[in-house]
Amino acid sequence: MPLGLSRIGVAFLLSLAVAAVLVPVLNLTVASDSTWHVSTTNVVLFGKYLCYALLALSIDLVWGYCGILSLGHGAFFALGGYAMGMHLMREIGSRGVYGNPVLPDFMVFLNWKELPWYWYGFDQFWFAALMVVLAPGALAFVFGMFAFRSRVTGVYLSIITQAMTFALLLAFFRNDMGFGGNNGLTDFKGVLGFDLQNNATRCGLFALSAIALAGGFLACRAIVSSKLGKVLVAVRDAESRTRFIGYRVEHYKLFVFTVSAMMAGVAGALYVPQVGIINPGEFAPANSIEAVIWVAVGGRGTLVGAALGALVVNVGKSWFTGALPELWLFALGGLFIFVTLFLPKGLLGLVRSRRVASAAPVEAPGEPVTVIDRQAAE
Amino acid sequence: MTELSKSLLYLDGVTVSFDGFRALNNLSLVVGHGEMRAIIGPNGAGKTTMMDVITGKTRPDKGDVLFNGERDLTKLDEAEIAELGIGRKFQRPTVFESHSVLDNIVLALEGPRGVFSSLFARLTGRECDRIDEVLATIRLSDRRDELAGSLSHGQKQWLEIGMLLAQDPALLLVDEPAAGMTDAETAETAALLRRIAETHSVVVVEHDMTFVRDLGVRVTVLHEGSVLAEGSLDQVSADERVIEVYLGR
Repeated sequence: MPLGLSRIGVAFLLSLAVAAVLVPVLNLTVASDSTWHVSTTNVVLFGKYLCYALLALSIDLVWGYCGILSLGHGAFFALGGYAMGMHLMREIGSRGVYGNPVLPDFMVFLNWKELPWYWYGFDQFWFAALMVVLAPGALAFVFGMFAFRSRVTGVYLSIITQAMTFALLLAFFRNDMGFGGNNGLTDFKGVLGFDLQNNATRCGLFALSAIALAGGFLACRAIVSSKLGKVLVAVRDAESRTRFIGYRVEHYKLFVFTVSAMMAGVAGALYVPQVGIINPGEFAPANSIEAVIWVAVGGRGTLVGAALGALVVNVGKSWFTGALPELWLFALGGLFIFVTLFLPKGLLGLVRSRRVASAAPVEAPGEPVTVIDRQAAE
Repeated sequence: MTELSKSLLYLDGVTVSFDGFRALNNLSLVVGHGEMRAIIGPNGAGKTTMMDVITGKTRPDKGDVLFNGERDLTKLDEAEIAELGIGRKFQRPTVFESHSVLDNIVLALEGPRGVFSSLFARLTGRECDRIDEVLATIRLSDRRDELAGSLSHGQKQWLEIGMLLAQDPALLLVDEPAAGMTDAETAETAALLRRIAETHSVVVVEHDMTFVRDLGVRVTVLHEGSVLAEGSLDQVSADERVIEVYLGR
């Protein structure tokens, strides 16, 4: 099949397509007292989850396929979110509390007289959209260049990615950074002229998130099924061997890390107009770790599994924080330990090995890894 | 200088110390074009360190390492040295276990190594033929689609030699190719290496004396980081000092 799409991959894309059409239809056309009605709350909630799923996908690309355990991907997500948030702030214009056509409310409040230079251009949507990928991409490129050239790997790399997102958290908390400090950017009114409070706009953002997730999945699929993807797996499994057959490992890592950061940025940019706020809390180190848990739960190195993991864990989180809020973090930690011990290939590994077992009962199942990679090779 | 210009690999006065311990001590060694050389020596003689120096993993404290009489290997990193035409097989077989046998060969196959050329790479007909040829040489044609991780130890050794062949380097460094093999496999491996040596220069590090005898090539004996003796296996076996440190234990 093209791009080496497995049946699970095709099913994933089809369900995204169906959701992108059906959810808006069920929200906008079905009467709210019907059992088929999808409430606006749920549209927004699941739109948010789709953004998380795209973030999970970007983490799986670097972690699952190249062995780079980034515990700072939340930073790229947040940077994409801030780039979009800056545009949404500029789009408020004179509709703000202070009615200043150029300066966002928080700048008026801080008695600023002029727009800082780095806010220039964000009144244009195309410029903001460019920054959504360029800002996280540039950070990942510079960070990766230093880290990978110095051959920082394993747990050391994970720790400095945590430090990176923590440093950004502290920086964005400061009022004089010019990003709204503690409160972040909020009170958005509309995007491209569409009212953000309008159900149709919310449905549109949901559908866009589904499309972005599908696009991200196809892009990842194209990367991992190319020869480049094989080199990434080679780096993951035997880095020095890969060097000795002539591959510049640091270039490959840098490429995939930058691409992944850009995807995370897109996820953040779609997230912000749906939740209506972006603040420094998104840089919190715990957020990045939680995202890694989604990937582990769904199945590392499977792409579809990463996206599913994000959905499943977040649905669980919504239910759990409603029913037993104080126990959620324990449940999350327990889930991580359970998956690590008993489901090394995550939920998707479970589904796949069962399918393989029923399809070919004669064949010795071997290691779970074996089964999955053979599937992927088909 | 004639020796230098004729040589493919030229080491002169190479010294490497780790925390005061001299792993290589003023080591000098010349390997000619098209030559196969066996390196023997007791544990700790510096055989693996020598390989590390040649392939750029370890930087020597002192001394010259020249390839083709001109390229200074001490200034290059692993990938540059590999591209220059030096391939290495490790002591413990290291193949890419979660890739198929075929993909292992594809990755090693001589060709552009850049990020973007890999992203858009497609195998040409000639490359496919070359892969088939390598697979036939290492007798893994019928297992091409199996995962490298599922191969036996001996087959992994062979796959790694196959990866070296696909890389088609001017010089092959082979570290203990017969380790962990049965006698029959060892003999076959020796035959395979002799065949490879017809078209490549090869340096083999080995402990197994029967294997070295099977190869039938010039032998260099290392001891405490420098060359103790050099010559045919019979010559060095007769050398008093060699018997003392190595053979006569």
